[in-house]
Amino acid sequence: MKADRTPTARGTSRSRQARTAHRRPSVATKQKAAAADAETGHRRELLRQMLLIRRFEDRCVELYSAAKIRGFVHLYIGEEAVAVGVNQALTDQDAVVATYREHGHALARGVSAGSIMAEMYGRSTGCSGGRGGSMHLFDASRRFYGGNAIVGGGIPLACGLALADRMRGDGRVTCCFFGDGAFAEGEFHEVANLAVLWRLPLLLVCENNRYAMGTALSREHAQTDLALRAASYGMPAWPVDGMDVLAVEAAARRAAEAVRAGGGPYFLEALTYRYRAHSMYDPDRYRDKDEIERWKSRDPVDALAAVLRAGGEPEGGVDEIAKAVDAEIDDAVQSAEQAPYEPVENLLRYVTSATEPS
Amino acid sequence: MTAGSAATKPQQTTYREAMREAMREALRADERVFLMGEDVGRYGGCFGVSLGLLEEFGPERIRDTPLSESAFVGAGIGAAVAGMRPIVEIMTVNFSLLALDQILNNAATLLHMSGGQLAVPLVIRMTTGAGRQVAAQHSHSLEGWYAHIPGIRVLAPATVADARTVLAAALADPDPVLIFEHGSLYNLSGDPDPGADPVDLGRAAIRRPGTDATIVTFGGCLPKALEAAEELARLDVSAEVIDLRSLRPLDDAAIMSSVARTHHAVVVDEAWRTGSLAAEISARITEQVFYELDAPVERVCSAEVPIPYARQLEEAALPQTADIVAAVQKAVS
Ligand SMILES: Cc1ncc(C[n+]2csc(CCOP(=O)(O)OP(=O)(O)O)c2C)c(N)n1
Ligand SMILES: [Mg+2]
Repeated sequence: MKADRTPTARGTSRSRQARTAHRRPSVATKQKAAAADAETGHRRELLRQMLLIRRFEDRCVELYSAAKIRGFVHLYIGEEAVAVGVNQALTDQDAVVATYREHGHALARGVSAGSIMAEMYGRSTGCSGGRGGSMHLFDASRRFYGGNAIVGGGIPLACGLALADRMRGDGRVTCCFFGDGAFAEGEFHEVANLAVLWRLPLLLVCENNRYAMGTALSREHAQTDLALRAASYGMPAWPVDGMDVLAVEAAARRAAEAVRAGGGPYFLEALTYRYRAHSMYDPDRYRDKDEIERWKSRDPVDALAAVLRAGGEPEGGVDEIAKAVDAEIDDAVQSAEQAPYEPVENLLRYVTSATEPS
Repeated sequence: MTAGSAATKPQQTTYREAMREAMREALRADERVFLMGEDVGRYGGCFGVSLGLLEEFGPERIRDTPLSESAFVGAGIGAAVAGMRPIVEIMTVNFSLLALDQILNNAATLLHMSGGQLAVPLVIRMTTGAGRQVAAQHSHSLEGWYAHIPGIRVLAPATVADARTVLAAALADPDPVLIFEHGSLYNLSGDPDPGADPVDLGRAAIRRPGTDATIVTFGGCLPKALEAAEELARLDVSAEVIDLRSLRPLDDAAIMSSVARTHHAVVVDEAWRTGSLAAEISARITEQVFYELDAPVERVCSAEVPIPYARQLEEAALPQTADIVAAVQKAVS
């Protein structure tokens, strides 16, 4: 990762220009201070988003035990830096396609915690009207295209979204998240080829958390350097430390910039780890607890909190963020509890469009 | 085990364990048999069916595969053609769609296209069905689609004894056999000994005799149909419950002789109604025993909607015991 391509470094170089142009150190100092403030504010926001995901999912565990949430639930805890970091590089006009492990992607995309919680409660006010549940969160207004529970199933969809953007030339990026397991499916390889061939504005983010359910990376891939293999299709492809949100953000900005500039698809391999079992049904017998602890020692939330504290964040600053996040989650749960059930008379809604296609 | 102890005390086991025991037996009996699929080894199968087999038979014969359904199902076909006896596990029918091309265009057609030269003695097992609030993409019941295809056999064991015996019968078949295990059945407990009624690939079983109406069903709907028959008995309606066991070929004789006795037929199928196996069975009844019928054939199927997540919507979408009771009452009224 080149430091001169991070937004922070760019800010610094702008203030350096200002200094030479005006020769007024007081202004430069002010600008420097403003840039530092902005940087701290941004990092606080990153921390807030990661904490929101983590605490939201902690709450999901409780609610699942209480049978408020049912079905399959896959937790993202440990991987928060990936969704949060990548989303910094996307605009509201860009699109996101995710997997069944997508609470984090939805929250980072700005889908409200309340509408996600209501969806998991299976209520009418859920972001998918109670039809989808945990694995099928959708929010067209945020250009959040789900929520796909067929491994690899979202990748061709993302390819098509990018194709439409490319044909209309509207400079948008489609970002597709998928796992190391999905990297073994034909869908990924077919799309990788097609997207390079057609120079599609597609950002492929492989969340390599080292397991596809119970199968470890080295038992699912002959060549475990996934970025290397992606590069063979003729697109830029780089690994990034998925436990470091700042590194993810920097890499994603570089990638999104290249895609937006018309360079075709770009592949990021985020090296990360899920702390929890694959799903609520998984007894997690296939990995040793030491391995989990080793990864937890590099926790992305703790790491960013440490960076903030080193930068002068006061004692209790992080707790304050956590408190605000908890209040948001409390609200989400409370509104889900009170939300209406979808009447059974509406069972056949949304099978086909309400109006005939013209 | 002595014959005496087996005769006096029927052992209880689960559907899951019965299927596992059947695989263990097959792996022990025939060197050519091996199991492959996603997470069948170290994980023990996503529904725990193959738990312990890796430890007993080793990674050569209990093969974990990457997420590559088309590749490993196709590899099963190739290995079968080459003389092995693969058991391929696809986690669920939902993911079998990624391998549908291999199943339809290779497994089901090679024998015919090659003028009888290439047989495919392959067994594919997969979980099917809805009912656990896992939403549209994880709730399909597509065994009827597969039953549409000439060249393969489609089996749906619905009892512990069938789970215990179906695999040996499938492996003995020279052609591809698909076994559908409804997810709601794995914890079912029962006697694995088929007794006088071993699985004959093509034969349906009468699970409850009756005189007023015939309920034709299979797989995950069997427990519901039996429950409905119980309730109907309290309402003075004697319903016969037929468990198809084989979805292709269909045991026409068993269905027709029952309908000829009861004069009323209700078909229960978790798939969507349109173009379903229930439609096929209904058509056959009207073709073959139309003049025995005292009322139109009734069908109880899933509503024509992708299965929704919310509990009340999912329940409303799937065939329920009360729906079966109502359909039988309507037929006999
Ligand atoms: C096509 C398909 N095959 C199998 C499954 C069952 N399954 C769900 S998630 C999963 C593992 C996927 O691993 P990965 O892509 O690495 O994503 P992760 O769960 O690690 O985030 C499997 C095997 C599925 N949903 N879809
Ligand atoms: Mg993974």
